[in-house]
Amino acid sequence: MKHAQQPDILPGTVGEGLAQRGVTRREFLKLCTTLTALLALPPSMAGAMAEAISKARRQSVIWLSFQECTGCTESITRSHSPTLENLIFDLISLDYHHTLQAASAEAAEHAREQAMKDNDGKYLLIVDGSIPMGNPGFSTIAGISNYDMLMETARGAAAIVAVGTCAAHGGIPRADPNPTGAVSVGDIVKDKPIINVPGCPPIPVVMTGVLAHFLTFGGIPELDAQGRPKSFYGETIHDRCYRRPFYDQGKFAQTFDDEAARQGWCLFKLGCKGPVTYNACATTKWNDGTSFPIQSGHGCIGCSEANFWDAGPLYKALSMPVSATTSMLGAAAAAGAAAGVAVTWHNRSTKAAAKAAHEKMTVQELSREEK
Amino acid sequence: MSHLDLLTFARGSALNWALVLFAAGVVLRLFEILGLGRRPDLAKPRPDSPGSGWRTIVMRSVPKADTLKRDAVTYVSGYTFHIGLLVSIFFFAPHIEFFRSQSGFGWPGLPSALVDALAVIAMVALGVSLAHRITSPVKRMLSDISDYVAWAMTLLPLLTGYLAYHHLLLEYTMMLALHLFSIELLLVLLPFTKLFHAFSLFISRWYNGDISARKGVAS
Repeated sequence: MKHAQQPDILPGTVGEGLAQRGVTRREFLKLCTTLTALLALPPSMAGAMAEAISKARRQSVIWLSFQECTGCTESITRSHSPTLENLIFDLISLDYHHTLQAASAEAAEHAREQAMKDNDGKYLLIVDGSIPMGNPGFSTIAGISNYDMLMETARGAAAIVAVGTCAAHGGIPRADPNPTGAVSVGDIVKDKPIINVPGCPPIPVVMTGVLAHFLTFGGIPELDAQGRPKSFYGETIHDRCYRRPFYDQGKFAQTFDDEAARQGWCLFKLGCKGPVTYNACATTKWNDGTSFPIQSGHGCIGCSEANFWDAGPLYKALSMPVSATTSMLGAAAAAGAAAGVAVTWHNRSTKAAAKAAHEKMTVQELSREEK
Repeated sequence: MSHLDLLTFARGSALNWALVLFAAGVVLRLFEILGLGRRPDLAKPRPDSPGSGWRTIVMRSVPKADTLKRDAVTYVSGYTFHIGLLVSIFFFAPHIEFFRSQSGFGWPGLPSALVDALAVIAMVALGVSLAHRITSPVKRMLSDISDYVAWAMTLLPLLTGYLAYHHLLLEYTMMLALHLFSIELLLVLLPFTKLFHAFSLFISRWYNGDISARKGVAS
């Protein structure tokens, strides 16, 4: 007998996909409860989310990869199975992703064009990698420049998700001296809602959360000033770090993997950028919640922040100068000394001149003046 | 320009220039002051008080009972503020890292909560000092604009540091950048304002003690 609350399974929907995969309603509700928690939504939303997602049609997704290292795709596909990430990715219709799709050459491009045509105004565009503006030939797919492909595909998209720091902020291609003239998606696409999911790579479940939000509410989540979902990028790594109490106590690891580091003391002195990095690593963690860089003994490098590659050495503490050196101060002191000698010489000359110009008066001269 | 870009500028070029101007300014002023010289003292010095200059440095740092009674606000707020400021500067772990990067050596820090409390006490004491300066007719008459500027320049690093630490008012990265800018402003102006007493204080105390002893007024 069918459970009274079991929603009807409509053909072509996520619900049908779930049923075909043998995912029980209980499992699906657990997934939705986790997602609502991650998205900082009230627990009561879990049911509504399950309802909305199971009735939603499989979302058409076009994934474009530009100047990137495929780390973002690796991150998402290397998640353990079965995971929330895999589950959701099986439930969308990934119509174009030139690393993952079986089709190649013209057939691949045809898949993209067909998806754009069939889902005009409705498909979700995911982009990883930056776009080279210096020369269209720097990066092309099927002879089409990254810029042209992005602008053409963005035109009919409901929203764009810029995955990874390269797409969201320009990333390492944009780092000084930026030889390809790399820009982010948001730099050139101005007329579409863009969700930035930065990170090098980003956390898989953040991606899942954004997709779940889109499927549930049909819109984009609340974003911060850098276009990142606040539910994942609302707090710094430092504020959520399990090593934080040691920072407050003034207990720091002095070198990598020393006894203090193993005991969980703070990695601030080793260059951790957690205090200025907004991301969810410290709470969601990586590899099925196993660990995250700071837990493994390496400071945060700040990979979800714009221009983090150019924000000073990775292994210098945040309170250290980016480039000031003792020799620079020595040279400044020498210049100050030279200027001091000049000022002293000037003062002494003024004093000597005043002394030389001083005329002594005699008593007779004074009495003459009185008369 | 993102907040992180601003912070990178504050930690980079802006800090370099501030440190250069600070180092050059301090050395210049020391040369200028010491280069003024004194007339040779031809009188035979009194023999009974060697080391009087050094003793004066210590003794003038301890308030006398009667002066403490006469102007308790100045003494208490002054001491409280200076102790809070010095602990905040030299015993907060991230600050020690800065000094280590420039000097090559560091020292143990104090727990952040303790430094935080002392920074708050220092700011309260600064507020009391300002109120007293404004309400006391003598102090008000003696003060000019440079005193108020020096007061504000001293408060700003404490205030921005406190706000950054507690994530108040502005986003942390931005507030940290403002904290650095306020310090850089202080560094640039310190050698050329009354705040130079940080360097000249003990020189002048030593000189006063020493010259007085030579004349028979042992400390």
